[in-house]
Amino acid sequence: MTADTPAADRRTVIPLDPSLAPPGTRGFRDAGGIPADQWHADQNGETLVPTHCCFCGVQCGMYLRVDRGGKVFGVEPRNHDINRMRLCPKGINAYQQVNHPDRLTAPLMRRSRDEDFQEVSWDEALDFTVSEIKRIQLAHGNDAFGLLGGASLFSEKTYLVGKFARVALKSRHVDYNGRLCMVSAAGANKLAFGIDRAGNPFSDILLTDCLLIAGSNLGECFPVMTQYVWGARDRGASLIVVDPRETAIARTADIHVALKPGTDSAFFNSVLHVVVEEGLTDTAYLAAHTTGWDEVRAKAAEYPPARAAEICGIPAEQIVQVARTFARAPKAMAWHARGIEHHSQGVENCLSVINLCAATGHIGKPGAGYGTITGQGNGQGGREHGQKSDLLPGGRSIMNEEHRRQICEIWGIEEAELPPAGTSMMEMVWQMQRREIRGLIGICNNPFVSLPNYQVVKEGYDATEFHAQFDFFLSETAANAHVVFPVTTWAEDEGVMANAEARVVKHNKAQDPPPGVRTDTWVMCELARRLGAGDKFAFADSREVFDELRIASAGTVNDYYGITYERLEETGGIVWPCPSTDHPGTPRLFEDGKTYHPDGKIHMQAVEWHVPMDPYDDEHPMSLTTGRTVAHFLSGNQTRRLGALVEQTPRPWAEIHPSHGFRNGEPVRVVTRRGSEVFPALVTEAIRPDTVFIPYHWPVPTAANALTIDALDPRSKIPEYKVCACRIEHAAAIDEVPAPPVAPGHVAYPETQVSRTDPLPPTAPQGRGTSERS
Amino acid sequence: MMGRTIFIDPGRCIGCQACVSACRECDSHRGKSMIHLDYTDEGQSVASLPTVCMHCEDPVAPCAEVCPADAILITADGVVQQADTTRCIGCANCVNACPFGVPKIDLQAKLQMKCNLCYDRTAYGLAPMCATVCPTGALFYGTIEELRAERPGVQVADTFVFGETEVRTGVAMVVPAEKVQWPVPGGLPVVEINGKDVRR
Repeated sequence: MTADTPAADRRTVIPLDPSLAPPGTRGFRDAGGIPADQWHADQNGETLVPTHCCFCGVQCGMYLRVDRGGKVFGVEPRNHDINRMRLCPKGINAYQQVNHPDRLTAPLMRRSRDEDFQEVSWDEALDFTVSEIKRIQLAHGNDAFGLLGGASLFSEKTYLVGKFARVALKSRHVDYNGRLCMVSAAGANKLAFGIDRAGNPFSDILLTDCLLIAGSNLGECFPVMTQYVWGARDRGASLIVVDPRETAIARTADIHVALKPGTDSAFFNSVLHVVVEEGLTDTAYLAAHTTGWDEVRAKAAEYPPARAAEICGIPAEQIVQVARTFARAPKAMAWHARGIEHHSQGVENCLSVINLCAATGHIGKPGAGYGTITGQGNGQGGREHGQKSDLLPGGRSIMNEEHRRQICEIWGIEEAELPPAGTSMMEMVWQMQRREIRGLIGICNNPFVSLPNYQVVKEGYDATEFHAQFDFFLSETAANAHVVFPVTTWAEDEGVMANAEARVVKHNKAQDPPPGVRTDTWVMCELARRLGAGDKFAFADSREVFDELRIASAGTVNDYYGITYERLEETGGIVWPCPSTDHPGTPRLFEDGKTYHPDGKIHMQAVEWHVPMDPYDDEHPMSLTTGRTVAHFLSGNQTRRLGALVEQTPRPWAEIHPSHGFRNGEPVRVVTRRGSEVFPALVTEAIRPDTVFIPYHWPVPTAANALTIDALDPRSKIPEYKVCACRIEHAAAIDEVPAPPVAPGHVAYPETQVSRTDPLPPTAPQGRGTSERS
Repeated sequence: MMGRTIFIDPGRCIGCQACVSACRECDSHRGKSMIHLDYTDEGQSVASLPTVCMHCEDPVAPCAEVCPADAILITADGVVQQADTTRCIGCANCVNACPFGVPKIDLQAKLQMKCNLCYDRTAYGLAPMCATVCPTGALFYGTIEELRAERPGVQVADTFVFGETEVRTGVAMVVPAEKVQWPVPGGLPVVEINGKDVRR
């Protein structure tokens, strides 16, 4: 390989263990013979490209199978450190997006929302976009144009999103969809530890004696992590699951705490109360490594088990049992996910878990620690490099004079030109409603499905004068835009992502994009050039962006400086902080007992529980909670198009307890203060009687997010997806159950036909089926 | 049971259907999954259970025994292959004979299809697709010693009883250590057919 090789063809040969030589390659046929060389075609012309899954924060390694014509056509398990050959159904079917008939292959444009989209040339679409940006900014100021990024983008692209907004658009309004996902944990981590990432790698789970999983449907949302859970349990570790539903991972747990949605911090405070009462705290650790313990202890004293049991709707003995199990374990770990973060008290919930870990001394040891599971593939990396409204690259604060100066120096701009902090994603939608933001570019997000309170979101977007969207499928949000840029999938570009352990992994390019499709990097740089900032965006490819990102993060907490593409290809992933090219990375934090605060201590914060924002009353006595299902990912823009996944879970449902007198599959109307929708009932004892669950991957008329509330956590600005007040009613007729919209290119398996002549609508094949006991 | 074989542990199954999807990716029957994933206790629990071909050893594969065309062949290492397409007549005798309900008939092609332990992989020492990807290890591929090394104290069973017939299989099931029943009751006895008591 020489320096003048075109960037698209820079492919690195990675030696492979011959015992794992994959089928289809020569090494496989000579099993035990010559190691297979993935990049080298076998007799059939098939090559294997090592990369990672595009979906969740586990970032499983996989090979993409590429045929003689250079097209991705399949997947092959890969023995990577993270997943050790394991994959979930989303990962297995992910490759089907790449050459899907729904792919956009030419820019779409219209001058007003009354017209239909026309396919236009790239020049026309870019020029129209730039002229609209200039028009809006000239008339209403720079901040009238906003940018929304995404956390499924490679880190290089997230870096560009932040830079593009502040340098090319010169607007303060930039945020990303990780705002709906990770920011409560991020806020809590920053407050307590001064660093925003999980403290331990996945492999530490194998060493623990007690694993606490709070608010995570691990078996469906992060299935590949369950191998670590079982690895620990095979050694005799106990498992505690905190979740209103009896999920697949809770089914066999030692303790399943089925608390009422929105009461997590009361529960954890009470657990801490019992730990203190029974003298199970690690007093030496608290004295040496924490501040604020006295306030935390005083607050926990207000939550005796009897009180918390009433708030949470669980037996008080369970709280005592959890406290004893967790505190007495020689090594214990807590992992949590959206279940405790998607709340108007999300930061407090995460802090209450941190308090429990710190009080018992379970921090920063092999098999003992604290972690948060990122939802999106780059949920971790996506918030580190300036996509977030209040952050600059390297996790720097945009309000900190020193940090601003450093970044301005790297970007070559005057400090006066760098805008101040902007607002969060949901707040930007409110600003669109108020016409404070009049133009918007959305990259890699689908708020029409994923933001709460759909009515408000639609009004906000409809009120914009100009809206452009980058996507490879025509998502529900893109269908509302003026311009849609067809961009690459993850398999058509290279770049890095950071998974839930903060391990930076490299995705490789497996095929060339279809004709007419460009990379997000190219489109952003081209827009910047036409806006007159071309000299700041002279990037040919991801590699060049990454080199600038490394320099921009050097010396910060989120230090990527020592990570290079070559090292990532050799090692299979490096955990930041990694300050120099000979540094091995930092898989486990706080091993020396020091956090990233100046005093090196854990700043414990007292947490007060308060009722959720949407009050219960006689009209709305139940809790509505939302979540994911194993076959689909977030807004479903990608997965609702793949036959196998649609077949697995064709439609959403409302999961309710048998005590309400519904038969399985009967239409049930779920009513909240925002609206009402009809779903087939999925009647199961695996959910609390006072709770309704709806998976949120579908657009209206079957959208859970048409019912949810757009209340935000005051600190992290995360919406309260996980609890709002609702009631359920018998719907009048089966015909009231709308079929979920089917994507045009969705190819169904022939045996999958939903018959509308059935007396009842079909439920989701999730195994939570009927409760009609004969 | 066979030397290197699949061990099914229903206790670990999370019903995610990764095995079902992976089975579709196998080159020998691409696009069709040979795995049955059942939700056993619907309405009360999310419990689920994957069924792959059990590769029966004694009596030697009932499906092969009843095949009128001798289409179902068994390799020397005990793997019961899916029907040879040049011989299979799509009569579905094997479907009726299998006590585990494994084989399927592709009605359009008039051919039997079933799991063949990913012979294109296992012949080379690789794990079958389903056991390779299974996130929880509910499908484990290896020898009994490898399984015990990974899961201390694990109990497995490879003998199932259906009515008066005992079936010994090449694929084994993990059974609860504290409730070992030997042989494992493999199905409820048939009590009535079309309203008639058939117990006598």
